[in-house]
Amino acid sequence: MATAAWLPFARAAAIGWMPVANCPMPVSPMDNSKRQDELIILNVSGRRFQTWRTTLDRYPDTLLGSSEKDFFYNEDIKEYFFDRDPDAFRSILNFYRTGKLHYPRQQCISAYDEELIFFGIIPEIIGDCCYEEYKDRKRENIERLQDDQEENKDMKLPHMNFRETMWRAFENPHTSTMALVFYYVTGFFIAISVITNVVETVPCGSTANQKDMPCGERYTVAFFCMDTACVMIFTVEYLMRLFAAPSRYLFMRSVMSIIDVVAILPYYIGLVMSNNEDVSGAFVTLRVFRVFRIFKFSRHSQGLRILGYTLKSCASELGFLLFSLTMAIIIFATVMFYAEKGSSSTKFTSIPASFWYTIVTMTTLGYGDMVPKTIAGKIFGSICSLSGVLVIALPVPVIVSNFSRIYHQNQRADKRRAQKKARLARIRISKSGSTNTFLHNKRNGLLNEMLELTDTEEDEQKRTKSTSLLQSQHHHLLHCLEKTTAHEFVDEQMYEQNCLETVLQTYPSPSPSISSSVGTCCGRRVKKNTPLPNASLPSTYPVPSNQCPLQELSAIHIQCGDPSSHTASRSNLNLKTNESGRINCKGGRITTAIISLPSPPALTPDADGLRGPPQRRPLQPPGHPAALSIQTTTSSAGTNIVKVSAL
Amino acid sequence: MLSAIWETEGLQTVGIVVLVFASIKLLHLLGLISFSEDSVEDELELSTVRHRPEGLEQLEAQTSFSRKELQILYRGFKNECPSGVVNEETFKDIYAQFFPQGDASTYAHFLFNAFDTDHNGSVSFEDFVMGLSILLRGTIQEKLNWAFNLYDINKDGYITKEEMLDIMKAIYDMMGKCTYPVLREETPRQHVEVFFQKMDKNKDGVVTIDEFIDCCQNDENIMRSMHLFENVL
Repeated sequence: MATAAWLPFARAAAIGWMPVANCPMPVSPMDNSKRQDELIILNVSGRRFQTWRTTLDRYPDTLLGSSEKDFFYNEDIKEYFFDRDPDAFRSILNFYRTGKLHYPRQQCISAYDEELIFFGIIPEIIGDCCYEEYKDRKRENIERLQDDQEENKDMKLPHMNFRETMWRAFENPHTSTMALVFYYVTGFFIAISVITNVVETVPCGSTANQKDMPCGERYTVAFFCMDTACVMIFTVEYLMRLFAAPSRYLFMRSVMSIIDVVAILPYYIGLVMSNNEDVSGAFVTLRVFRVFRIFKFSRHSQGLRILGYTLKSCASELGFLLFSLTMAIIIFATVMFYAEKGSSSTKFTSIPASFWYTIVTMTTLGYGDMVPKTIAGKIFGSICSLSGVLVIALPVPVIVSNFSRIYHQNQRADKRRAQKKARLARIRISKSGSTNTFLHNKRNGLLNEMLELTDTEEDEQKRTKSTSLLQSQHHHLLHCLEKTTAHEFVDEQMYEQNCLETVLQTYPSPSPSISSSVGTCCGRRVKKNTPLPNASLPSTYPVPSNQCPLQELSAIHIQCGDPSSHTASRSNLNLKTNESGRINCKGGRITTAIISLPSPPALTPDADGLRGPPQRRPLQPPGHPAALSIQTTTSSAGTNIVKVSAL
Repeated sequence: MLSAIWETEGLQTVGIVVLVFASIKLLHLLGLISFSEDSVEDELELSTVRHRPEGLEQLEAQTSFSRKELQILYRGFKNECPSGVVNEETFKDIYAQFFPQGDASTYAHFLFNAFDTDHNGSVSFEDFVMGLSILLRGTIQEKLNWAFNLYDINKDGYITKEEMLDIMKAIYDMMGKCTYPVLREETPRQHVEVFFQKMDKNKDGVVTIDEFIDCCQNDENIMRSMHLFENVL
């Protein structure tokens, strides 16, 4: 409390109670730690702030006021060091000094919030001078984040039941083709219905014995069928939406559902009431409500929704406009009536009759069906039109600015959504960069271990500790995970090649060169497993006897091109070849074939290791035992690899 | 004469339209109908749980870290979680950053439960530091105890095959898809079988804490690897 400074005063003034006290006073608490009030140095990212200890002690439930700041105490320099933003810290320290927390307007709202959370201050303490601004910015930020989150929710597709899928299809027509079709069909029928309503009243050529009648009365049956069809569609749509809505009660209360109901209800009422003669007049009136079907378009058009939202948010301005117009109309109508009362054959027969003149004049329409004839009437008429311009021009800019703000917000949201994909792609690329460094360093590390094996002095010096401690620790962690699961991390290309070669081994390939050339890439990969810290090189290689899950493949990718450098035999410690370990594949021919799935035979490991890259024995059908020769296809042939897809 | 005027259709129409709108407005006022599509309610923001840790001296006494180490730990902790506690979502996010290739969320969930010793849904700095104290500075017995606690998902003192399978799948999930050799469906299950063959001495289908500690103490590799991370801080 800021009033902590006045506590000694309050306690001293308690002497005044002593003479009238009934019972003896309790013992006063001992103040053992007779600490002198000392200056505390708060070092925030290099900028030193100094304040009294008691200033900070005023708010003991914050970081600076409690013992939590001891975690940041540096004994060597006898300072409290915080690695935070010094500009934001200024307002926080001012809070301790003055008791009021201010929100600096140029500060970003989320950065400021984070600082408050860090120092343990609740934002509600912000003083009245800055609280409105803070709340407004915070709300804006939350809305924007909610927007983004809704986008994310659209991406995720957990297993949704039928109802949820339907609701999602209704709300966002781009999710599936069915939704899009539904969207366009309903739009089409809304348009048809509105056009029908309009055309119904057009006079359609007359038959010989009757005068001109509107088309509606001439082709009653046709129009009735059209109307019925539209109402059927709308009813079905409404019922489906009602079924799929996650909260039916909320759905029934929403604007769109009311519009739907108002659009289809007149038809059913008309069906019920069509026989009763008394209310047939009202029945005709109900036809007016059919025009509300046009509002169903607001689901299809975002601009309409923005307009509606603007009008709703400017409700108070519109109300003011209406009210002031009404006041002015009444005033001027009265004045005009009494001014024109004297003149003969005047149209201003009563005050309500003058309302029409006033409205037409104030909105600068000026039809000319009622004009003042007396001089006084003309004078008041001109005053009326001038003030009309003013009254209408006042609230309109407010409405316009509201509309522009909402419209721009929508534009920004759309732009953000469009940019989001690119942003996410770039983030993903940078993330994959980090895994690539791990694999890169792994290869470097393995090579370093191999150099250790050969134990040459110069090579040891060549080993540069280029990775930072943090990186090497992170890589050690990943390495531990590899050792736990006895599997290794590889990058995408290797993974695909591995899958490819395991699949190839299950299918007897027509030409041995294909499988063996593919085998080289995995063979080379296999070779990398072997340089273990202990120098014994096993003669058998870890056999990937597990079948690739792509067994029931529908497409196999084999890439064309020449594998660049296969000359990495074990005795060759040329680092470069190990690094450029990717097959540089370019292009490919595509043929289709039907592949049957034979049962996968087991692989036989290659027993010979040291002579060049180990090969997998290409699996031959039993009728060709002679083709068991190992083919060392090194860098030479541009092996053609064929993309095969099963039908 | 007025009735003649009123009977014209036009005024009837106006009358009915006005009636309908008035009733809608009435329903709106009564709160049965809502006109706001996206209602931005000024709801009270969820009060962020703020937690202040115990004093430095107490923590120093309770754990085997020095003052400086506790300071370093707290700085890192507070940087990620300024409110002083970690909830499960934040924990999963932080942990997933270290394993970009796979999906670390299941394993992070189990880790979170292991650290959250009082099961209140959040890990405070004390929980964090106690856990770390056992893992980095504890005796072999304590570390093995902690590992047993991690595997025993429902904390009933027995590790069943299902629990071990869940843990194993979570670990393999962290490897991601691009591994060599290619991960198969039965790899975790086989690993669990191997584990149980080694640990379950009386073959009753569950591993108790004594069997676990016994077996680990007899295994050189495991013993050696328990000392692996002692120089982490």
